[in-house]
Amino acid sequence: MSEIFEIRWHGRGGQGTVTAAKVLADACLSGGRYVQAFPEYGPERAGAPLRAYNRISEKELRLHCPVTHPKVISIVDATLLDSMNVAEGALDDAIFLVNTSRDASDIRKVLKAKDGQKVFTIDATAIALAEIGRALPNSPMLGAVARVTGLVGLDHLVEEVRKSFGKKFSEKIITGNVKAVERGYKEVTEG
Amino acid sequence: MGKIVAVTGNEAVANALRQANPDVCSLYPITPQTDIVQRFSSFVSNGVVDTELINAESEHSAMSAAIGAAAAGGRVITATSSQGLALMWEMLHIASGMNLPIVMPLVNRALSAPLNIHGDHSDGMGARDTGWIQLWSENAQEAYDNTIMAFRIAEHKDLRLPAMVCMDGFIISHSIERMEYLDDQPVKDFIGPYEQVNPLLDLQHPKSFGPLILTDLYHEYKRLQHEIIGRAKNIVLQVSDEFAKLSGRKYGLFESYRLEDAEVALVVLNSAAGTSKDVVDAMRDKGIKAGLLKPRLFRPFPYEEVGSALRHLKAVCVLDRADSYGGYGPMFMEISSAIYQAAGTGSGPRLVNKIYGLGGRDYMPEDAGKVLVELDAIAKGASVKAVKEYIGVRE
Repeated sequence: MSEIFEIRWHGRGGQGTVTAAKVLADACLSGGRYVQAFPEYGPERAGAPLRAYNRISEKELRLHCPVTHPKVISIVDATLLDSMNVAEGALDDAIFLVNTSRDASDIRKVLKAKDGQKVFTIDATAIALAEIGRALPNSPMLGAVARVTGLVGLDHLVEEVRKSFGKKFSEKIITGNVKAVERGYKEVTEG
Repeated sequence: MGKIVAVTGNEAVANALRQANPDVCSLYPITPQTDIVQRFSSFVSNGVVDTELINAESEHSAMSAAIGAAAAGGRVITATSSQGLALMWEMLHIASGMNLPIVMPLVNRALSAPLNIHGDHSDGMGARDTGWIQLWSENAQEAYDNTIMAFRIAEHKDLRLPAMVCMDGFIISHSIERMEYLDDQPVKDFIGPYEQVNPLLDLQHPKSFGPLILTDLYHEYKRLQHEIIGRAKNIVLQVSDEFAKLSGRKYGLFESYRLEDAEVALVVLNSAAGTSKDVVDAMRDKGIKAGLLKPRLFRPFPYEEVGSALRHLKAVCVLDRADSYGGYGPMFMEISSAIYQAAGTGSGPRLVNKIYGLGGRDYMPEDAGKVLVELDAIAKGASVKAVKEYIGVRE
């Protein structure tokens, strides 16, 4: 990886999007990489649209500004597709990942994705409901991001999720999240 | 050796404070600083520090309690932002006037009105004349390192002055970045035990703090304050050299980035300096001989050193994330003075001032790029259209 790898997350307050960006940063620290994870702070309300960002690089990261030309756009809440242009500034070879039960090829049309851009989907909310019992799509999204970017291996990511969630939650919740990460990793599909 | 982590600026600074293990922490929460004292309160509750915590009813009281505890003979910390620092204002002068080496992280935030919680430097610049030492930090690593060094600088026997360590609110305080924690014991050894000077609680040796001094000696007292804070330059360099042996990270009075052979340069504080360095590199690739100077020690200001670092340039832009309505930006005034003294009248670089990022407005690489292109034109003979301008403005 010769340049800065940039990710933009779109979610709504309360879905764990910022936590996902943080866990990804922690997981990407391995191998001596430099990482950043930061949200865009606005009115912090459950349900309000929010953005979060990651940068990952082999070289020291000195930029301290939002990501405007992301390589990866991770859409944690598909209702945002109707209310904003999530594709704004996307690189010509960007990767879109959308949490939806719809077909990736449908989503490709909605996004008006260019030829060089890839579109992946994962039904992260359904996985979260099945494995965690709550509509918290961040863990399956994290697994799917790891898969489509190749930034971090599944085993290492699971280890990070255990470490991160282990501080706050019961073993049952942690196991549910680990399963959700694994399913996100395995079930993500390309359109 | 240390530990590589991905943490927020606030978490990094809270851990530096933990390692310093102060005697007293007086606190009052305010965004975006709250996270520091919240974490520090957990350290107190969990018994990992020996600190006595004082939950004050305002920042004015928090600083008052810090002054009392420091005069009593303790190592004392507090932390604040924005309105909190503004409310402390009269007590800031008392802390420095009484030579009390309180260490205070300042998470830079805009001032009201209108109400705004985001990062700019209005708070710290407003405390310019309070007699405090000011260290400014680009990122979480620098904020952590500066906080550790601040104890050694503030508590130095030839100084004994309060010090504030500044970092950008949200941009650094709430963003997660890779940085290195040093191990606890080497940091504790580096900071060392607190040495009391004239502690008020030494009841065998009664003394007065803050007595009335009128026209007879007040003037001399103030001259002495100026002379004493001036010693900070050498002490900062000594402490930074020692810190480099501990950490491998070198700090000076300011950072020079590609300045030696530059023709045009930016002067910029804190997180925007990082973004600007990437743009300096990009401009170099395009043939513009760009450089950057990032001040670190703002009070006392190293006029001579900064002046000689900049005098050879053809054009310089001072970027200010704070304003003086009806005046130039606060950093511009310092840099103008430094260059005038170093280069003399009629020579030295052309100077412009850009106000950016107030109330947390994003400072983007494109902003730095436009300024450097303008400087390049000025260096080649174009006239200066306006000395002071606002950039990144929505029209």
